Amino acid sequence: MRVKRKKGVAVPYLAWMIIFTALPLVLVIFFAFTNKDGGFTLDNLTGLGNYVSVFFLSLILAAIATVLCLVIAYPISFMLSRLRAGRQGILLMLVMLPMWMNFLLRTYAWMSLLEYNGLINRFLGIFGIGPFEMINTAGAVVLGMVYNYLPYMILPLYTAMVKISPSVIEAAEDLGAGFWSKLFRVILPLSKPGIQTGITMVFVPAISTFIISKMLSGGNIWLIGDLIESQFLGNAYNYNLGSAMSLVLMVVVLLIMSLTGGFDQEDIEGVI
Amino acid sequence: MRSIRVEKYSLATANCKRTTHYHQNRVINKGVVLMDQSVIISLKDIVVDFDDEAVLNGLSLDIHDEEFVTLLGPSGCGKTTTLRVIGGFLAPKGGQVFFDGKDITALPPYKRPVNTVFQKYALFPHLNVYENVAFGLRLKKVEEKLIREQVLEMLELVGLKGFERRGTEQLSGGQQQRVAIARALVNRPKVLLLDEPLGALDLKLRKEMQIELKRIQQSLEITFVYVTHDQEEALTMSDTVVVMNKGVIQQIGSPQDIYNEPMNAFVADFIGESNIFEGMMPKDFLVEFAGQPFTCVDSGFAPNELVQVVVRPEDVQVVPSVAGQLTGVVKTTVFKGVHWEMIVEQGGNEWIIQSTVASQPGELIGMNVEPDMIHIMHRSDEELAYAEFRPEDPEEEEAEDAG
Repeated sequence: MRVKRKKGVAVPYLAWMIIFTALPLVLVIFFAFTNKDGGFTLDNLTGLGNYVSVFFLSLILAAIATVLCLVIAYPISFMLSRLRAGRQGILLMLVMLPMWMNFLLRTYAWMSLLEYNGLINRFLGIFGIGPFEMINTAGAVVLGMVYNYLPYMILPLYTAMVKISPSVIEAAEDLGAGFWSKLFRVILPLSKPGIQTGITMVFVPAISTFIISKMLSGGNIWLIGDLIESQFLGNAYNYNLGSAMSLVLMVVVLLIMSLTGGFDQEDIEGVI
Repeated sequence: MRSIRVEKYSLATANCKRTTHYHQNRVINKGVVLMDQSVIISLKDIVVDFDDEAVLNGLSLDIHDEEFVTLLGPSGCGKTTTLRVIGGFLAPKGGQVFFDGKDITALPPYKRPVNTVFQKYALFPHLNVYENVAFGLRLKKVEEKLIREQVLEMLELVGLKGFERRGTEQLSGGQQQRVAIARALVNRPKVLLLDEPLGALDLKLRKEMQIELKRIQQSLEITFVYVTHDQEEALTMSDTVVVMNKGVIQQIGSPQDIYNEPMNAFVADFIGESNIFEGMMPKDFLVEFAGQPFTCVDSGFAPNELVQVVVRPEDVQVVPSVAGQLTGVVKTTVFKGVHWEMIVEQGGNEWIIQSTVASQPGELIGMNVEPDMIHIMHRSDEELAYAEFRPEDPEEEEAEDAG
C-alpha cells in the first residue's frame, strides 16, 4: 500500500523495464511457440532434442570455467582483502585493467599466443618441447572463458571478503582453528555472498558465449551461444528456433542459479 | 603464594628507591627464576618494532597464576602489542615468551593455551550465540552432549541464559561482550587476555562489567591479563598494575602502590591528577619545593639531591591565608560533583586542588600539606621527559593500531 503512494517515482524505471526487459521477453516466448507464418506450434521446442549435446557441452565448459575462476580468484581475492587499503586500490585496478581493453582484441591476442606456430609453441620450441595442439580445443575455449571472466569472480569475492574483520579471523585462531578450520568454519561461510555472486557473474556469460568459442575453437566447438547466433545472424536463419533455444537456456540458467542461491544477493549491484 | 608476591614487590620498590633507577621488573625476574613457581607467563626482553619504530623496547614481565594483571598506559605505549605477543598474533623481533616455564615464542595462536577477548568482540557474524560459544569446543572435537553442557553453563555464568538462538547482531554491546567472554572462557584457558574489552560500553554498563569481570576471574581462579588506558578501571579491578609508556614498563605494583608511591613523574601524572614540582632534599625528612621547606617522611636521598615532588589534589588542605604554609590566588573553580576543583596560582606554580568547600576565583587562600601527603621521587632526565608527556599523540596511536 505504501508503495502505491510513491508510484510516480517508479514510472521511468517501469517504462524502461517494460520496453527493454518485459517486451523482448514476451517476443522471445511468442516466437518460440510460433512458426514462420505466426501459427502456434511446439515444433521449435521439441526439435531441440537434436541439440542436447550442444547444451550439455556448453554446460560442462561453463561449469569448468566457473570452478577454475573460483579456485584461482579465491586466494587472490583473500590476499587482496588483507592488504593495506592503499595497496588494495592499486591491485584492484590491475585486476580491472584488462577489462578496459576491447574484448575481441584480448581474445585475438590469445589466438596468436595459442596458435600452432604461435608465441607459446615457438617459445617452448627453443627448449625442444612441443609443439602442442592448443588452439581449436575445448581447453582453449575454457582458457578464454577463465581469462575473460576472472575479474567478475574476483570483484564480488573481494567485496565480500573486505567485510571480514581481521579480528574475527584472529578470534578463530585464538580458539584453536588451524588453516583449514579457519577456511571452512569462518572465511568460507562469511564470503558465501561473494561466492554466489561470483558464480552467477561468471557462469551466466560463460554458458551463453559464442565469440570465445568461435575464435578459440576455430569453429570446432559449438556452444549454445553459437547455435543461437546462427539462427539469427548465420545461415541457419530461423529465429523461431533461436527463440526456443534462448528460452530453454534461460530456464536452465534460472534453475542452476536458484540451486546455488545466486539470486538472493543484493551484492550484485554493489559490485557493478 | 599471594603473600610471597606482595613481599617481593615491596622489596623491589625498596630496591629502586636505593638504586635511583626503576628497572624493577629486572629485579623481580631475577628473584622469580630462582624461587617463584607461581609465574605462569614470562616475557623476556621482548622487542617489537613497526616500520623501524620501536614499539616494545626489551620488555620483561612476569605474570603470576590467578592474578588480575592490568597493562595500563596511553595510546601507543605498547600495551596492546604486549598482549598480542602473548596471544601469538605478533611475532616479536627479539626476546622470548614462556608459558609455565616452556618457551612458546614460536607457537602459533591456535596452539597456545590462552584465549583472548578482543577489543571489538570479534564475534562470528554467521553463527548464533550458542555456536559462537561452542566454536572452540567443536574444534577440539568434544562430544556434543558435553559441548551443550559447557556452553549453557558458560552462558549462565555471564548472565545470558536463554540467548542461545539469538544472532549476534541482535545483541547489545554489553551482551556481545558477554558472549565474547563466554566464548573464550568455555575453553578453560589458564590465562585470559582482554584487550580494552569495555571500551565501547557506556559508563554505567562499564562499571557493572568491571565488577562482573572481577567476579568471574575470582570464581574461575584463572589469570586475567587486561589492557586498558583507563586508570580508574585499572585501579578498580587489578591485583597488579603494570604502567607502560613508550614501550617501557614504568612501574609494577598493586593499585595502592601505584597511586600512593608513583615511581616517576609519568606514573604520577598518568594515575590520577597530580601536582608535580621540581624540588630539592637538603637532608632526610626535609624537602624544598614551591619556594618553601616542608617536613616529609622520605629519607635515603643524597644531601641536596634534586628531586620531583608529588602532591595529590585531594591532599592539599585549604585554610585561611594567614594560617597557610603557602598562599595562592584562586584562578578557576569548577564543580565536579563530589568536590570542587580549583586551579590556584602560587608563586609561578599552578596547583590543582580538590576541596569540598569552594573558594571564589580571585580569592587569596592558604594551603597546607601534611608531611605524609608529600611523595618524593628521584629525578632523571628521562623522567623529566615523561613530565612533558601528553596523552594524545596521533602518530603513536597509529603504530598501536597497526599492531
